[in-house]
Amino acid sequence: MAANFNEHSDISAADLTRLSQEAKAEATPSSARIIWDEFKADKPAMVALVIVVGFILFVMIGSLFINTPKMMETNIMNYFSQPGQNGLFLGADSAGRSVAQQLIVGSRNSIGIALGLTLISSTFGICWGLISGYFNGYIDWGMQRVYDFMMMLPMTMMIIVLVTIIKNYNAVTLTLIFSIFYWEGTSRLIRSRTLAESEKDYVAASKTSGTGNFKIIFREIMPNISSLIIVDTTLSIAENIGVETGLSYLGFGLPLQTPSLGTMIANANDPNNITQYWWTWLPAALEIIILCLSISYIGQVIRRAADASQRQGATD
Amino acid sequence: MWKTILRRILIMIPEVIILSILVFLLAKAMPGDPFTGSINPKSDPAQIKHLMKINGLYDPWYQQYWNWVVHLFHGNLGNSYQYQEPVTRLIGGRAQNTLWLALFTMILTYALALPMGVFAGRHEGKIPDTVIRVYTYVTYCIPFFVILVIGIWIFGYVLGWFPTTGSISSEASGWLHTLGSRFYHVLLPAILGALFGTVNIVQYLRSEVIDAKRSDYVRTARAKGVPSKDIYRHHIFRNSLLPIAAFAGYSITGLLNGSIFTETVFSYPGMGLLFVNSISYRDYTVITALVLIYGILNLLGTLLSDIILSVVDPRIRIE
Repeated sequence: MAANFNEHSDISAADLTRLSQEAKAEATPSSARIIWDEFKADKPAMVALVIVVGFILFVMIGSLFINTPKMMETNIMNYFSQPGQNGLFLGADSAGRSVAQQLIVGSRNSIGIALGLTLISSTFGICWGLISGYFNGYIDWGMQRVYDFMMMLPMTMMIIVLVTIIKNYNAVTLTLIFSIFYWEGTSRLIRSRTLAESEKDYVAASKTSGTGNFKIIFREIMPNISSLIIVDTTLSIAENIGVETGLSYLGFGLPLQTPSLGTMIANANDPNNITQYWWTWLPAALEIIILCLSISYIGQVIRRAADASQRQGATD
Repeated sequence: MWKTILRRILIMIPEVIILSILVFLLAKAMPGDPFTGSINPKSDPAQIKHLMKINGLYDPWYQQYWNWVVHLFHGNLGNSYQYQEPVTRLIGGRAQNTLWLALFTMILTYALALPMGVFAGRHEGKIPDTVIRVYTYVTYCIPFFVILVIGIWIFGYVLGWFPTTGSISSEASGWLHTLGSRFYHVLLPAILGALFGTVNIVQYLRSEVIDAKRSDYVRTARAKGVPSKDIYRHHIFRNSLLPIAAFAGYSITGLLNGSIFTETVFSYPGMGLLFVNSISYRDYTVITALVLIYGILNLLGTLLSDIILSVVDPRIRIE
């Protein structure tokens, strides 16, 4: 077939490669490419990306080398060791436990929960928003009433109450409890975009030609609002780090023997700790700040990449 | 407009009923019963059983729920086991502190956010706008409780400018002195809350001002020769103010949810701290009452905002 084609056409093989190269150069770059260009054009964004990715890798790999039960053992010899003393990089807390090690394991737990929570709550929120926005009418009305009701619930209190009811909860149940309450923001955002998207011609055309509703929703509308989804998910991660650490700070997050960035900041509740033994809590607080700022900044850059009018990276 | 408001209120009723059922069932699901606190080694098991029976704890749940609701409407929320006093009186005392703090934070937030929003909108795309954008971005990203902890560390402990616990100094005597002490105790949490709570108002106001700048009435005013300062102060700001006022309801909701953290960090005896303490003491009557009150306050907050918005913005009324 190919040989046949070459015989009867005037275009040589060299022309063909040249043409395909030209076409490639003129084609709209892929979204991954656009986002990458955007990062390359924005130095602070690159720094943020390196911080976040490097830190997550460091924490995930580092925590593999730490024996958590052994780390959480009381060691009276190291009682409030200062940073640098006794070979402890960031000192030790009231039970003589290494702050640096707790920080690594705690970060892994906190980031892990934040990622898990984002995955579950965003998936649910996206589906809820897409379905609610697409099926305008009674379904939307009903789903919006559920949304209103969830918005009325005092979230922090409900989570605390649920945590006290469920015995022997762990990181997984905790993530699930959080997920019940943190899908609303995403769902509202996705719904409003889906409402606008459903008005467009391609949806009408698809309906007329008999495509199934769910195929239209997930194969046609969802890809079209994918940039919004990516941006919202990135921003949710930063927010969700705050959710878990906040609850752990209050004492209703992860159990005491499982370190979290929040339980470490809770060291600051003691007036002696907060002034004299600052190293027990300040590193965790600073880490949360840096992490949240970096992740949100990455989200902002992706948002810029998604909106052609705001791009800073090379466009053509 | 009245139709929208009425419809909005009608939707509220089933929401409150479902909330109350949910809260009631959650309270039932919690371990222990109302007499756990009063049991001592000498209590007779048969007597406890009798007590539970006459208090209706063996009735089916809908019967118990109904009794609870009837008590609720009589203003009887039960007794707190931890404090041994009626829940209504206990919460009444704490609510005053929480509302005082929330009100103060809200006033400061608006005092900060309104000029910033107008300023950013007026100098759109220039350096002041960028600075304000970076500021709102940073304040939005950082989890609030971290800010509270760092704030109390720097300003409360290291610099010693502000008190770190309580709502009122124990030495305060006399009307004026008491008020001053109260004010002094809420100042730091309120400032921190205001500094880190401006983002919504600033962003909304900024886009309102940018829209208004290009509108016809502003062009007319300019053509008449009204000075730029007056255009912003009298024309644009007044037009943007009412939608901003609608945010007040949502702010209440946000402040209430934040109060749990603020009051824990500052050991400020409000409803949020009462909730956290009650949870650790398993004081169920107080917990149930607080969740219900917060839920209803949330609802009223959003209702208030929706009503103001529907009054201000006719587009919302068309449904």
